[in-house]
Amino acid sequence: MSEWWTYTLTDFLLFSARTYYRLFELYNAAVWPLQLVTLALGAAVLILMLRGGAWSGRVVAAILALLWLLVAWAYLLERYDTINWAARYFAVAFAAQAALLLWTGVIRGRLRFDANTAKIGAAFVLYALAIHPLIAPLTGRPWVQAEIFGLAPDPTTIATLGMLLAVTRPLWLLFVIPFLWCVLTGLTLWAMESAEAPVAPIAAAIAAMMAAWKSRSRSRLAD
Amino acid sequence: MSLVPLTRRAFLGSMASAALVDPAAAAPAILTRPIPSSGEALPLVGLGSWITFNVGNDPVARESCAEVMRAFFAAGGRMIDSSPMYGSSQGVIGEGLKKIGANAFSADKVWISSGPRGPAQIEASRNFWGVPKFDLLQVHNLLAWEEHLRTLAAMKAAGQVRYVGITTSEGRRHGDFEKIMRTHPLDFVQLSYNILDREAEQRILPLARERGMAVIINRPFREGDLIRKIARKPLPSFAAEIGAPSWAQLILKFIISHPAVTCAIPATTRVDHVQENMAAARDPLPDAAMRARIVAYVEKL
Repeated sequence: MSEWWTYTLTDFLLFSARTYYRLFELYNAAVWPLQLVTLALGAAVLILMLRGGAWSGRVVAAILALLWLLVAWAYLLERYDTINWAARYFAVAFAAQAALLLWTGVIRGRLRFDANTAKIGAAFVLYALAIHPLIAPLTGRPWVQAEIFGLAPDPTTIATLGMLLAVTRPLWLLFVIPFLWCVLTGLTLWAMESAEAPVAPIAAAIAAMMAAWKSRSRSRLAD
Repeated sequence: MSLVPLTRRAFLGSMASAALVDPAAAAPAILTRPIPSSGEALPLVGLGSWITFNVGNDPVARESCAEVMRAFFAAGGRMIDSSPMYGSSQGVIGEGLKKIGANAFSADKVWISSGPRGPAQIEASRNFWGVPKFDLLQVHNLLAWEEHLRTLAAMKAAGQVRYVGITTSEGRRHGDFEKIMRTHPLDFVQLSYNILDREAEQRILPLARERGMAVIINRPFREGDLIRKIARKPLPSFAAEIGAPSWAQLILKFIISHPAVTCAIPATTRVDHVQENMAAARDPLPDAAMRARIVAYVEKL
């Protein structure tokens, strides 16, 4: 892109905030009552993370892989792509994250939950399930525009970051796409002047710091 | 360049499907300027579609875009501008045109880095609009402009498009823009120009007059930022002398009163705004002295 320094963030914005949030309203109406299913799956993730056990990592990875695929198809490809031609590439990234979760978590069984940090991870998941949907009514929008875990990308990403914090050893490869999404969604919301713009980037920053701290303390223990 | 008032009769006569637009709502005396390469009269205010018409499959929003278009045609508007970059905007325009049964001056763009894929993109755009052919096709932001201009010139020679142009925005690549204007036979150029960003006055606008090119002005309100910035300040008392009861009209009248400008294309989602914008294209327009007063006033704010 020539003269890239002359571009501002709003030059890349293709839609208004009203259109963006209406997308969630129409999406929620179209998939109802799927919200109950994804929230129940979210609650299962939360319980399995806190309880641990032999199969919990595999089941959590399978659930999250399924939901990343669902977001890729039902939201990014079917809805978001109607107002953002880049959404099809985001959908590929979300499908790739689903594949990584399947490979690392289900096939190789690398997700083992750590009782010490599971609580911090659980706080992320709890936020994604119960607090994030409240942003719509808290910012003066109708509650039917709520972004629900397992259906909307932001709460799904934040919950996944929480799950990744709860595993014994940071799986850095699984952090990459959620981090990128947090930055991208933060920039999009910021360009739209939405109040919740800092939420996902802050979640990503906290997750990065926690994961780095955990990684360091593990290597110290190993020394 | 002469200003030609478009009377209601001329307006109705100029539209093939005028009978389908409510004649009672058609406003008289929308000012027009001729396209230099053909002499065809174009109303001084058109309709942009960036962001505002990209509403996806939302049936309520699509209907409200059609209402904006209906009000635009009823007020004497003709040119609607879009781009394959604007998400669902082209399809929304096509649906609106079909609903209203109106005949727009269709202005679209080619925006793809591959030259050979240009024709397929243009054809896809044409299908979205549902028009037999575009009135104007422009190379969006000079992307792959050499290849696309060759395609557009061939299409024009074959009668598949009536006019050809190039676009830029926010003052980008004015050097390249000028070079292309000097070396290629363009019918239209499109760029940003407003009361605060007047760089185009120095070279591009005089060059367009010299080369006989029509000029479309995009982002007249800087995406609404300009209005938000100055709307709280008092409207100067002399605004009444040029029939501008609002800042939006003053800003638009300033732009379209530049003699090189053929058409400004504000975008909006609201019927009252489109009516207000169209009203700016009526007499009186500011003369050179009044333009200087407007600049002096706004720069002091």
